[in-house]
Amino acid sequence: MSRLVLGPFNRVEGDLEVTLEIDAGRVRTAQVTAPLYRGFENVLIGKTPLDALVFVPRICGICSVSQSAAAAAALRAAMGLTPAANGERVSALVLAAENLADHLTHFYLFFMPDFARDAYTGRAWHAWARARFAAVQGSATADVLPARAAFLELTGTLAGKWPHTLAIQPGGSTRAVAVNDRIRLAALLRRFRQFLERTLFADSLENVAALDSEAALWRWCDARAPHEGDFRHFLVIARDLGLATLGRASDRFLSYGGYAIEGAPLFAAGTWQPGLAHAAALDAAAITEDGSHAWLQDPAARHPFGGRTLPAADKADAYSWCKAPRLDGGVLECGALARQVVDGHPLLRELVARDGGNVLSRVVARVMEFALVLPAMESWVQALVPGAPFCRQGAVPEEANASGLVEAARGALGHWLVIRKGVIANYQIIAPTTWNFSPRDAGGQPGALEQALVGAPAGEGERVPLAVQHIVRSFDPCMACTVH
Amino acid sequence: MNVLWLQSGGCGGCTMSLLCHDAGDVTGTLQAGGIELLWHPSLSEQTAGEALDILDACADGRQALDILCIEGALLRGPEGSGRFHLLAGTGRPMIDWVRRLAARAQHVVAVGSCAAFGGMTSSGCNPTDACGLQYDGDQPGGLLGTAWRSPAGLPVINVAGCPTHPGWVVETLLGLAAKAFSAADFDALGRPRFYADKLVHHGCSRNEYYEFKASAAELSQLGCLMENLGCKGTQAHADCNTRLWNGAGSCPEGGFACISCTEPGFEEPGHPFHQTPKLAGIPIGLPSDMPKAWFVALAALSKSATPSRVRENAHADHTVVPPAIRRSGLKY
Repeated sequence: MSRLVLGPFNRVEGDLEVTLEIDAGRVRTAQVTAPLYRGFENVLIGKTPLDALVFVPRICGICSVSQSAAAAAALRAAMGLTPAANGERVSALVLAAENLADHLTHFYLFFMPDFARDAYTGRAWHAWARARFAAVQGSATADVLPARAAFLELTGTLAGKWPHTLAIQPGGSTRAVAVNDRIRLAALLRRFRQFLERTLFADSLENVAALDSEAALWRWCDARAPHEGDFRHFLVIARDLGLATLGRASDRFLSYGGYAIEGAPLFAAGTWQPGLAHAAALDAAAITEDGSHAWLQDPAARHPFGGRTLPAADKADAYSWCKAPRLDGGVLECGALARQVVDGHPLLRELVARDGGNVLSRVVARVMEFALVLPAMESWVQALVPGAPFCRQGAVPEEANASGLVEAARGALGHWLVIRKGVIANYQIIAPTTWNFSPRDAGGQPGALEQALVGAPAGEGERVPLAVQHIVRSFDPCMACTVH
Repeated sequence: MNVLWLQSGGCGGCTMSLLCHDAGDVTGTLQAGGIELLWHPSLSEQTAGEALDILDACADGRQALDILCIEGALLRGPEGSGRFHLLAGTGRPMIDWVRRLAARAQHVVAVGSCAAFGGMTSSGCNPTDACGLQYDGDQPGGLLGTAWRSPAGLPVINVAGCPTHPGWVVETLLGLAAKAFSAADFDALGRPRFYADKLVHHGCSRNEYYEFKASAAELSQLGCLMENLGCKGTQAHADCNTRLWNGAGSCPEGGFACISCTEPGFEEPGHPFHQTPKLAGIPIGLPSDMPKAWFVALAALSKSATPSRVRENAHADHTVVPPAIRRSGLKY
């Protein structure tokens, strides 16, 4: 048995350390450590509630708008506001732009460069993968960064800047859209669609969105040469390396539901696991966090309305600053895959029914969202009505308990806000990667990544086992959000 | 020149913003300008032990280090131990790594207000005892101390902002590579003067509303944001409205206040961010370099001179009264 401490684990957002016990070429146990604590939840106590909109985006530079959206949702619930229809669509557009830009960053800059590594020399696809996906030097970087920057001009127009905007408010959005803005936004979305259809898919978004079974996916993959479209290239690599056999976690999936417009979400909320024909309703009251293995006092499992975050750097038996969130005591996985299986996407449900959540299905789900979300963005732009209100005003109550549950790129993000005497009395945040990269709970139950790494191959000569890297990065972790 | 980039106690947003640089791909732009990325946490292939080899070589002096970029505040707590942030895989506080690497670097660049001054991470009761590389808020000192100078003779270069504009970072790095800067190119807070000698007010599209003190009363209205909604654009050092963000934006352009995020201490203004503190109806924070008596006199005069078009539009979210059409080519 040997022990391997891996860090700084890069091409993830923020600081990550993974400790493995390896036996006979396989990972036997894994411990996931979030080594950075900043204390945002405590900083917010005593503040004017609306000031949360300044602080929470700065928890994370890659999920900044998601944090804004969750805070705005919690404040909206506290204020009893119905947002202006225009403002709701603008907020959805700005959030969707962040989520798709994050998916792009993940696929091209964080995840694919591992297939360009020397260790894969000799594989049929390797020379092309190196030319295309090598970190910084691959040809994809020069294609993707300008496309990403141009796409985020949507956020520049609608929200002033990305990251760290204040445009998303409880009652809507602060920047009204004129008729020419709508034309510009539509043009900008067409440009991004062209990039996706030429470079990522070599096919139309509609054809990709229509892939409804595993058989259809592989038929689509084999219909053209392997390097026609970067997604096809990924599928070829994934099949060759057996990525569907890597990284299975709890196979219980959580989604808060994505992009609600006038009460109807684009993606449904709930929980799902293989065998269920329909997603189960989400019971947010059954969410708890415990700090038994975190460097925190007060290890008791609490619902976030009563949650506390009190550092205890010397605590024995702790190995992370991350708490352990659980739903009804169970370990859930969130992210694009969870969002899509909860919503009932037939291809992703079939992939999960066969092999569980794994490296392949997580990446397919993320890429599939380009094909599902961009057409929705196009329809939201068309539905904006220049001249009609974008932002409704309201008053913050003296006392309230309210939550804001949204879907960030990486999955379920929740804010729980307690207002007393007009100021914030408690503010607790459970981020997507808090779920996925949770440490063990009081019962010793490992978190989702800790489960997903067990059994991963780890060869003798591997300093940083490649299978471990693929599994870790398949979750697209955001450590900045995880511990805030 | 090579660059080693580390993320300390921050959000990673300055890196994310950097990737939005809109002139081609930013990595190609830097390479073409003579900047080689030795290691970057979001971009480089090397991970874990492979990355530590590079950090060790720099810290030991086996690898020459030209520019050390630090993003995020330096966490000294708890009780000076630095344990709120141990660099993953090393068991050592990040502040130790930064001290060792800074001693080897030709230039040290603080990317963002956290690395420069402590920033957002040092807000509230500053639970992690966060500070900047050479400032603790507006007090000189910070992690490296007041006297610290790089071998090139410069203090830490503070590319302040929350986040930084990609252009500020790219132009600072390319300028260092081109040896274009001397001490005179940085202001009293160590910020590059090419953007810090400007005010956010310059080029603000709400200027006509400002001139007439035609103020927005609520978010999403077109009027000036200074009088009621907390905007500090007339005092904030940055070129946000002449450079623009993400191709089209800025905070006031996006409909909300400038919170002066390039300034030390911006994170704790002592008032709700979206409200302008006033004394006897006059904003406490007056435009930079403007005597109060003149501000009061001009504000009173300009309010009484406000055209009804400007007054009405200030309280709408779109133009409700268009400007009169004048024959500007009139000869006489």
